Amino acid sequence: MKRVLLTLFFSLLCIHAAFAVAGSEKLADPKLEARAVALQKELRCVVCQGQSLDESSAPLAADLRHLIRVRIKAGDSDEQVEQYLVARYGDFILMKPPLEPLTYALWFGPLGILLIGGAAVMLVIVRARKRLESGSP
Amino acid sequence: MTGEIGQLALALAFALSVVMAIAGLAGARETASPSRAIASSAAIGMFVFVALAFGALTYAFVTSDFSVLNVAQNSHTAKPMIYKITGVWGSHEGSMLLWVFVLAIYSLFIVFAQRGSARLTSAALGVQGLLACAFLLFILFTSNPFLRLDPMPFEGAGLNPLLQDPGLAMHPPMLYIGYVGLSAAFSYAAAALITGESNAAWARAARPFMLLAWIALTLGITLGSWWAYYVLGWGGFWFWDPVENAALMPWLIATALLHSALATERTGAFRSWTLLLAILGFSLSLIGTFLVRSGVLSSVHAFASDPTRGVYILAMLVAAIGGALALFAWRAPQLQGGTAFEPVSKESALLLNNVLLSAAAATVFIGTLYPLLLDAMTGQKISVGPPYFAITFAPIFVVLIALVPFGPRLGWRNGDWRAALRVLAPAFGIALVAVLAVLAFVTPRSLVAAMAFGLGLWTISAAGIDLAKRGDIRALPIGAFASALAHLGLGITLLGITGTTLWRSEALDLLKPGQTMPIAGYTLRLEGVQLLHGPNYLAERATVSVIANNRIIATMAPEKRAFPVEGQATAVTAIRTTGFSDLYLALGDQRGSGWVIRAYVSPLAPFIWFGGAFMALGGIASFWGRLRPRRVSEAKLAAAE
Repeated sequence: MKRVLLTLFFSLLCIHAAFAVAGSEKLADPKLEARAVALQKELRCVVCQGQSLDESSAPLAADLRHLIRVRIKAGDSDEQVEQYLVARYGDFILMKPPLEPLTYALWFGPLGILLIGGAAVMLVIVRARKRLESGSP
Repeated sequence: MTGEIGQLALALAFALSVVMAIAGLAGARETASPSRAIASSAAIGMFVFVALAFGALTYAFVTSDFSVLNVAQNSHTAKPMIYKITGVWGSHEGSMLLWVFVLAIYSLFIVFAQRGSARLTSAALGVQGLLACAFLLFILFTSNPFLRLDPMPFEGAGLNPLLQDPGLAMHPPMLYIGYVGLSAAFSYAAAALITGESNAAWARAARPFMLLAWIALTLGITLGSWWAYYVLGWGGFWFWDPVENAALMPWLIATALLHSALATERTGAFRSWTLLLAILGFSLSLIGTFLVRSGVLSSVHAFASDPTRGVYILAMLVAAIGGALALFAWRAPQLQGGTAFEPVSKESALLLNNVLLSAAAATVFIGTLYPLLLDAMTGQKISVGPPYFAITFAPIFVVLIALVPFGPRLGWRNGDWRAALRVLAPAFGIALVAVLAVLAFVTPRSLVAAMAFGLGLWTISAAGIDLAKRGDIRALPIGAFASALAHLGLGITLLGITGTTLWRSEALDLLKPGQTMPIAGYTLRLEGVQLLHGPNYLAERATVSVIANNRIIATMAPEKRAFPVEGQATAVTAIRTTGFSDLYLALGDQRGSGWVIRAYVSPLAPFIWFGGAFMALGGIASFWGRLRPRRVSEAKLAAAE
């Protein structure tokens, strides 16, 4: 009885342990299975939000892992599977946010800062050199 | 009684922090030496009362005094003593008290170290007083750990089981020593701006505090990442979780600050930039505290969150950061700026280091806060995960690491790049051989992995050359020794990251007792799963035999624990390490008569934390060098030349 209760207890929580896809749930074709695993690592679990679908133990994540395999078996490409899930759960499910006008600042911000910083460094170095030539300390 | 003593001590500490702030800032004027004495006494008094409050809370936890609400909510009589003590900072209220306690300790250091002029010290104490004032007010009105509970419950609610772990027990104090240590750098920088003594003296005065903060942040992040690795159960060590990022940003800026302050101290270069970094570093610490404590995020780390407190912290954030930046904008243009140096010189190298580190910090900042901002402004929910940082953060850091070996080899003002290249040629050779060897022998063949591995060896061998070239190790200036150690650690960590992320093998299967699964040359056989009783939990423990060459070489026992009091569960992974590679097992759930077992073989994984330890050692060496009388190292240097 205790064991049954304990199993129930574990199954109810976002516990931090390896659940994922095992045994009979795997796709028979190793190439397709590898695609499914790669996909579920790029998708976020909407229940246990710190984790990817690959890591999450939530029942919803298990359903989605199954769904990914169903779509792949049906002949969907990786992009089609992602679109299928985004249509249902929104952009939030993507670990890698899409590139669109609202995320330009997110994607190009780091590069912009690097360029501005680089330009500033060049300016400082050029001025330091000039100072050296003019003989001031 | 203890609750009332703690409450009273906090109120008195608050009163003293007000005195400290006013007297300290007044003491920034040349003629106000009496108020400087008052500020010092107030700082000592504040330390005594905050320590008393902290002691009172610790006593309540140790004796399981459930008439104190905080103890009732976060402790339990069945908890082991060590976790009763660490439970003091396991809750939001307790961790804020720890924050102020560390702040009070640093203020005490500032009083007794008396680095820099009397005016500078006094102004720095004044700024520390302002910070203490704000945090004590926050504790007294929104997060009081001494609130009473009536009637007193018979038993406590327990502590989040994830926190009942030795790694995580030590993680918050380490991180806070780091976060709050940056407050000392911040206070000295603000003091320099207030008094106008913005020459090299303030950087020299603040250096030990910057170092202490950096060492603690390095160790805190290393501990946190190690904890995540063995507790979270999926073999990763860094998840780009907002709370991890909150600690990484101050570390990146503190690293930039240590390098920039070096130039400011030696040649007076980059004065205003170093001041700005000191302000930014602590600002990011405050933002980190805000992110973790305000409940603005929901992440794996968000244990203690309450949005109503967010507003107060946000106001404090705006006042502290805005005030400091305004002060900077007002006073910095008056600084005598500008040094002269050649484009190839240590100064240029330090500038590059700073721009790359700052851009890396900015990238983490954007990636962490963008989803929050977008959600607040448009309601659109996106998530920024590891793939984003792999594309944006990783390239910046790769360039940084590739350039690291040049810095120590270039002279001040005028560096000789040909000589630097000559000295570094063997390191380049080793790296090249490593790249080719990896491409030739390691499967699956990956150019990225080979380059990353080569880069790690490039940094490591350059650090080795640095130590060897300077001759007798006892004559080595401690600063060069320290930087070589820290750069060595960086290279070692990079090797670990490369092995763990690019060469990891993974296996997952449903095993019945007696069944086996293969992984990377090992065969794992599940022998059985037992039910166990811990002091305050129930556990299922699997026994797994590790078989190599038809011989059982080890028995491993991954575990799952259920904490009935807290209503939570944790995983206890089993890790078998050779120092060069980890075999890592986690126990999943039961399906019929079988169990899900997840296994990883992560080559070089332990290097990640070895590297962190080396970096911290580098910091400690530099700190020790600062405490030694300067002439000793100079005499040794002269003898070496």
